[in-house]
Amino acid sequence: MDLFEYQAKELFRRHGIPVPAGGVAVTATQAQEIAASLNVPVVIKAQVKTGGRGKAGGIRTAAGPAGAADEAERVLGMDIKGHIARAVLVEEATVPFEEHYAAFLVDRASGGFLAMLSAQGGMEIEELAVSDPGALIRVPVDPEAGVDGAVLAAAAGLPEAAGEVLDRLWEVMVAEDALLVEVNPLISTADGRVVALDGKVSLDDNAAFRHSWPQPEPASSLEDRARSRGLNYVKLEGSVGVIGNGAGLVMSTLDVVALAGAAPANFLDIGGGASARIMADGLEIILSDPDVRSVLVNVFGGITTCDAVATGIVTALHSLGEVTRPIVVRLDGNNAEVGRRILSDARHPAVRQVPTMDGAASLAASLSGGS
Amino acid sequence: MAIFLTKDSRVLVQGMTGSEGARHTARMLAAGTDVVAGVTPGKGGQVVDFGERTVPVHSSVADAVAETGADVSVVFVPPRHVHAAVAEAVAGAIPLCVVITEGVPVQDTIRFRALATASGTRIIGPNCPGLISPGQSSAGIIPADITTAGRIGLVSKSGTLTYQLMYELRDLGFSTAVGIGGDPVVGTSHIDCLQAFQDDPGTDAIVMIGEIGGDAEERAAAYISSHVTKPVVAYVAGFTAPEGKTMGHAGAIVSGSSGTAQAKKEALEAVGVRVGGTPSETARLMRSVLSAAAR
Repeated sequence: MDLFEYQAKELFRRHGIPVPAGGVAVTATQAQEIAASLNVPVVIKAQVKTGGRGKAGGIRTAAGPAGAADEAERVLGMDIKGHIARAVLVEEATVPFEEHYAAFLVDRASGGFLAMLSAQGGMEIEELAVSDPGALIRVPVDPEAGVDGAVLAAAAGLPEAAGEVLDRLWEVMVAEDALLVEVNPLISTADGRVVALDGKVSLDDNAAFRHSWPQPEPASSLEDRARSRGLNYVKLEGSVGVIGNGAGLVMSTLDVVALAGAAPANFLDIGGGASARIMADGLEIILSDPDVRSVLVNVFGGITTCDAVATGIVTALHSLGEVTRPIVVRLDGNNAEVGRRILSDARHPAVRQVPTMDGAASLAASLSGGS
Repeated sequence: MAIFLTKDSRVLVQGMTGSEGARHTARMLAAGTDVVAGVTPGKGGQVVDFGERTVPVHSSVADAVAETGADVSVVFVPPRHVHAAVAEAVAGAIPLCVVITEGVPVQDTIRFRALATASGTRIIGPNCPGLISPGQSSAGIIPADITTAGRIGLVSKSGTLTYQLMYELRDLGFSTAVGIGGDPVVGTSHIDCLQAFQDDPGTDAIVMIGEIGGDAEERAAAYISSHVTKPVVAYVAGFTAPEGKTMGHAGAIVSGSSGTAQAKKEALEAVGVRVGGTPSETARLMRSVLSAAAR
């Protein structure tokens, strides 16, 4: 789960990392009140989980409360690369003397932790890595020993005062089960303070059981309903509803639908060992999506048995009443014969069985009206 | 022959008395696996009856190893207990520890992976279906009856895609199929498996299945070009995955322009690996590669 900047900075504040004074607002009036209480020039920052806010006009300055209200009015509701700014962070304007970069992250390549640091920050770090690769240092972090901020700061050419900030950022990384803690820019002020001017934190959803994190907002009500039933669902843009078992097979099914000339409407993984109930829930969710014009059920029974899947389909069709959108089913593997027989015996007019994945995807694609 | 797991492997199951552990232990036994012990803290001395065979339960891995000579552990415990279970397997000097559990905190994996690396235990997983050497042994949840023993090696991030390919190529058969897991950090990589298959006299050709996220497939491509002489056929899932969305597996996410299926396919093709557009086409490519090699 990625945090908004204001949430990241709340974590930073709690762990003793200096951040500019400020608060979050969802209305222009709130922004004005925060600016009034700060009583200094402020910066208004769109809260969206994407980069390039500045270029898109999502970061603005105001001299006082009235200006803050005007600027917040402009930023709230702004669409930045498909992300709508529903809140703004109103902070005291802070003038950097120098801009640096600091991050701790889970490095998939090495299977360990990595510190990435640069005395030059501010720009996108991918750009820095290309324009001046020598300026960015990468230091593996031993999971047991942790970091020595002073040593890291010296190695990267950061000011001495950054050492303690690095120690505390590492503390955030470990205490909060983060996958990424990034500060860009980490600034030095003219009076020698080191302040986190921005913050990006990504938390590990797998560790939610040992934290009291807020639930992330679902991207759509269908995603919300699917999650409440324990289904792994992602809404997409096309018209072929897809249900399968196992993340890899479902991703593959989306690709095969696309190769057949249609676009998938969703990703839905019913998981390993799925019951008839889970299958029925999945089909119900897919059929409640008005964008879906045909459905493709692609199951390879490993742990999941094909008879449970077939029973789930029949149950769902029974409880949903009249279903006219075509449902193409491919069952293979564990108990496939039994599953196929359950479906053919049910003789539901919407259901068509196809023995292969590629054939089933082609039929579902053509039935969706895709070219 | 096979890699990592053979008919001589002596397997213990951590969490065998739980429902998942018991169900899959029965399946492993049916696949011919020599399951010698279960481990559940506090339940040492019990015996679990699996019909044709009973399996003793020990309270610790160390006890189980001392009593039975187990050299493979399969972990089915819930996510919050996985770190402790693996640490115990490592302390018990188990050479191979297979973590099936899904939902393990990534920082826990980093820590037990470091422990294992320091003491020479190979970890497979977490969030994986395990591995199978058909006709010999199965450590995990891969169905044994969908394929046969043969001379193809398979390495994959995905469970069901593994099953799909094993099934499509069931007449040719497999030396070993390894599901390395879909988490961002796993104990055994594509490269580790490629190296083992390259060195295994019982493997003639390799199927590699990848998916979006990270750059493991790109690194595997570089490894193949310099170290693998056996034919490799690959498949990559997730061409249609949108940026920034996790597709089921915790590690399956395209971040910005990195981790895309297209980039992985191109990296593999650049070193001469043939990449199938669908699982079926991948199976066909493997057939043609093998028949060309036989001529």
